[in-house]
Amino acid sequence: MSIIEVRDLNLYYGQHQALHNINMEIEANSITAFIGPSGCGKSTFLRTLNRMNDMIQGVRIDGSVKVVGEDIYESRVDVEILRKNIGMVFQQPNPFPKSIYENITFGPRLHGITDRNKLDEIVESSLKAAALWGEVKDVLKKPAYGLSGGQQQRLCIARALAVNPQILLMDEPTSALDPISTAKIEELLDELKTTYTIVIVTHNMQQAARISDKTAFFLNGELVEFDSTPVIFQNPCDKRTEDYITGRFG
Amino acid sequence: MIEITPLFPLSARGKGMFTLGRQEILTLNQEVRSKKSQIVVKNEKKNREFGIRTFLIACAFVSVLTTVGIVMVLLFETISFFKEVSLFSFLTDTKWTPLFIPQHFGILPLLSGSLLITLGACLVALPFGLMTAIYLSEYAHEKVRRTIKPILEVLAGVPTIVYGYFALTFVTPLIRSIFPDTGVFNALSASIVVGIMILPMVASLSEDAMVAVPRSLRDAAYALGATKLEVATKVVVPAGLSGIISSFVLACSRAIGETMIVTIAAGATPKLTLNPLESIQTMTSFIVQVSGGDIEHGSIEYSTIFAVGMTLFLLTLGINIIAQWITRRYKEEY
Repeated sequence: MSIIEVRDLNLYYGQHQALHNINMEIEANSITAFIGPSGCGKSTFLRTLNRMNDMIQGVRIDGSVKVVGEDIYESRVDVEILRKNIGMVFQQPNPFPKSIYENITFGPRLHGITDRNKLDEIVESSLKAAALWGEVKDVLKKPAYGLSGGQQQRLCIARALAVNPQILLMDEPTSALDPISTAKIEELLDELKTTYTIVIVTHNMQQAARISDKTAFFLNGELVEFDSTPVIFQNPCDKRTEDYITGRFG
Repeated sequence: MIEITPLFPLSARGKGMFTLGRQEILTLNQEVRSKKSQIVVKNEKKNREFGIRTFLIACAFVSVLTTVGIVMVLLFETISFFKEVSLFSFLTDTKWTPLFIPQHFGILPLLSGSLLITLGACLVALPFGLMTAIYLSEYAHEKVRRTIKPILEVLAGVPTIVYGYFALTFVTPLIRSIFPDTGVFNALSASIVVGIMILPMVASLSEDAMVAVPRSLRDAAYALGATKLEVATKVVVPAGLSGIISSFVLACSRAIGETMIVTIAAGATPKLTLNPLESIQTMTSFIVQVSGGDIEHGSIEYSTIFAVGMTLFLLTLGINIIAQWITRRYKEEY
């Protein structure tokens, strides 16, 4: 069953067209990876899925993006509820300058949870889901900035999970991390996919090959090829995909 | 590379790389020597560096020495004041009549006057300033912000005498039309206008602090489903709090130290009151009154202004110290 359906999506920054006629279906409980050279539109496309592009002035979109059957660009859609259901993790770890505990509870509090026990429960379950509980359970009141880069990024994942989303969008979540932290997060993603649908933008083709079920290759704002990961990496249909995979450019 | 005029025919140059002729070696030596002299002889530049360094240190010392000098003068004159008036009566007497008989030297009426003005001004400036800053940093379009920000900064440069007349000729009649019993000189009018005067400073400095909060923190909150208002109040304001508090403190210090507006609009009646509709006198306007009048230098009346000045100085110093403590206590580092 596809949880996200994108039809004829075009996106413009003022006069410049950044995405050309994208069509894509993303399946629930899978990991979908977006690859492609810098500036190919993969991050821009990711941000159309939870309407984070709304904040940028001069962005215009046509076409439709349906999540669980609902067009998210219709005027009756509540963007805040949409973003609660579609979590996002960014390239640079961006914890709030608050304690670890407050970082996790920030989202649940926004959505009206004030009960202390409930919040404690959410903190524990989110940190466990992000494989961070063991490392931080005794320092929950300490500032999040005291954590290492990899821990901070897992904290950001836990923070995103705390509002109980269905889909998790990740924009190059490991590009600022060392190999060990990266491996931990990749391992984590494999576990998370049983509960969540994960869409990940990555610069690292090996990473896409290792973790994803399906891979989409973007070039100059176009979706060149979208298929199951083994096909993309071993037997791509398009010459450009093959050239990119084999390192002829990019 | 050093250019060498070929002595050999072109064909011989390939193998002759290491067999330089006499002429070449001479030129090479000269080149090296001239290079060396460039590297070693740098005294002129060094001297200049030293000169500039000394000059800058001297500049820094001038301002430090001036401050020390001012504090010393304040201190000595204050000490001579307290030789005649006890500190106890200075702090507890509820009358301030140094220029009349019977003389009373109680700072409380002046202190309450200054605090009344400051409190009123902060009530006007802090909420409106903060809201202006939130609007500019979180809601306004880039274009609007680029227009309003410079206007705010111009407002901060309006001479205070102009504000004083604005208080006396516009705000006071307005207040009197609502509360007819209000005096021509009253604390309310002055404090509102002092508030208007410091508002641009609060807005501009708080906005600077908020704009400095990284975009990534806002994105994180938006991605969790926060509204614009929630992002502003729960992420941006807390993260920029230290800058916002320093803008508040700067504004308060300016309100306490403000002289012209209160001298013109608040009157010259030292009175221990919390009623803003009455005429009062602040510490600053008392100093103006005495410095401008024909009080004999060296008399006890004259040295009162130093005691009052000292009080003012300690007050602003105290506020600054408290603010620094608050800033450190609530700082969210990013």
